[in-house]
Amino acid sequence: MKDEASYWVFMVHRLSGIALAAFLPLHFWALGDALQLEGFLAWTEQPLVKLGEWAIVLALAAHLGGGLRVLALEFLPWRDWQKGLAAAAAALTVAVGLALALAL
Amino acid sequence: MTSRTQTLLWVAQRTSAAVLAICVTLHLATIIYAVQGGLTAAEILARTRGNATWLAFYVLFVLAVAVHAPIGLRAIAIEWLGWRGRSRDVALALFAAVLAWTGMRAAIGVFA
Amino acid sequence: MRVSVWKGVAEGSFREFDVPRQASQTVLDVVTYIQRSLDPTLAYRYACRVGMCGSCAMTVNGVPRWTCRTHVDKVVRNDALQVGPLKNLPVIRDLVTDMREFFDKWARAKGQFKGARTKHDDFQPVKPSSLERVQVDAAIECIGCGVCYAACDVVAWNPDYLGPAALNRAWTLVKDVRDEDKGERLRAVAGDAGCHSCHTHMSCTERCPKHLSPTAGIAGLKREVFKAVVKGEL
Repeated sequence: MKDEASYWVFMVHRLSGIALAAFLPLHFWALGDALQLEGFLAWTEQPLVKLGEWAIVLALAAHLGGGLRVLALEFLPWRDWQKGLAAAAAALTVAVGLALALAL
Repeated sequence: MTSRTQTLLWVAQRTSAAVLAICVTLHLATIIYAVQGGLTAAEILARTRGNATWLAFYVLFVLAVAVHAPIGLRAIAIEWLGWRGRSRDVALALFAAVLAWTGMRAAIGVFA
Repeated sequence: MRVSVWKGVAEGSFREFDVPRQASQTVLDVVTYIQRSLDPTLAYRYACRVGMCGSCAMTVNGVPRWTCRTHVDKVVRNDALQVGPLKNLPVIRDLVTDMREFFDKWARAKGQFKGARTKHDDFQPVKPSSLERVQVDAAIECIGCGVCYAACDVVAWNPDYLGPAALNRAWTLVKDVRDEDKGERLRAVAGDAGCHSCHTHMSCTERCPKHLSPTAGIAGLKREVFKAVVKGEL
C-alpha cells in the first residue's frame, strides 16, 4: 500500500464523496416529507443510526478538507508548503468530528 | 465530447466546489449548533418555516450539489468502472436531475 | 540475499535467485550479476550506469526506481528483494518494457517545440530570472525515464490519460515565451485524457529521480487552460 499522504487524502476524498452521493437522495427525501419529520427523527435516536449520522458528517468534513486542498493546489501559484495541505485537510476533519461528537 | 466541453465540466465542478465550501461550512456549523440538547422536527421547522433566507440558502446549496456530485462521480465512472460512451453521461445527467428534484422538494418542504 | 525477479511477459512468475551481498551494491549490480552468472536468459535494460540516462528504471519492492541509483542497503527487507518491470507499460520480456505508448503520449500532448524565428531573425531575449523561465527551468530536466508514468494511479486507471511526463513537458513549452503553438497545445492537454484527470496523488513528484514536480506543472496547465476557456480561446 502506498504511504504518500497525498494519496490517502485523495482516497478519503473520493470515498467520502461516494458516501455523500449515496446518502443525499435519502437525506433530501426525508426532509421533503417534512410533515412526518418528527416520526423520522425518533427513528434516528437509535445508537446505530446516531453512529451513521456522525460518520456521514465526518465524511462531509473530510470531503470539504480534501476539496479545499485541491482548490489550493489548482488555483494558487505553486509553493512547496502546499504539500503539507494533506495534513491540514486531515486536521480539519478531526476537528469537526470531535466537535460533533461532543455536541451529540 | 471535446476537450473544451470536458474543460467546462471541470470549471463547473470547481465553481460549484467553491460555492459548496461556503454552504457546507455554514451547514456544519448549523448541525453542530442544532444537535446540542437533542434534535426535534419542531426545532428545525421553527427555524426554516416561512424563512426566505433559509430557503434561498438551501436552493443554492441544492443546485450546487446537483452540479458537483455527478461530475465528481463521472471521474469515478471512467477510472474505476471503466464506463465509456454516452450512456455514462446520460446516467449522470439523470442523477443530477434526481438530486435537483428531491433537493428542491426538501427545501420547499421545510419552508412551506 | 534472496532476489525475486520477474521472468516472462504479461504472464510469468517471479524466480528466486541467491545473490551475494557486497558493500555499496546497487540493484543494477544485482540484476547484472544474475544475468551474467545465474540466468543468461534474463532480459533487462541499462546504459550509463551512473544516473544520467534513465534506461535502468524498474519496479523494486513495488516502487519504480532507477536501479543504478538504488543502493541495496536502502531497499532490502529481511534479506530479500523483489525486482519487476515498470508498471503501466506492456512487458516485452522479463524486466524490459515497451516504451512506445509513453512517447506516443508525449507527442499527443504536443510535447515538441514550435518556433517562429529563423536564423535570419535576431535572438529572442529570455531573462533567466523571469517568472516563466524559472517555471520552465524547474521542469525542464526530464529525461523521459518513465518512473513517474509507472508510479501514476490515473495512468493505471485510465488508459487514455497522457500521464505526468507528457504533461510536464507540455507545461515547459506552454511557459516557453519563444513557442508559437500554445493554443493547440492547451487544446491537446485539456480534458479527460489531459491535465483535468490529475487528482494530485503526487506519486510522480514523490518518485521522480530528478526531483521534478509534474504535479506542479499539471496544476499550472489547469490554470492556463482555465484562462484560455474564459477568454474563449480554447
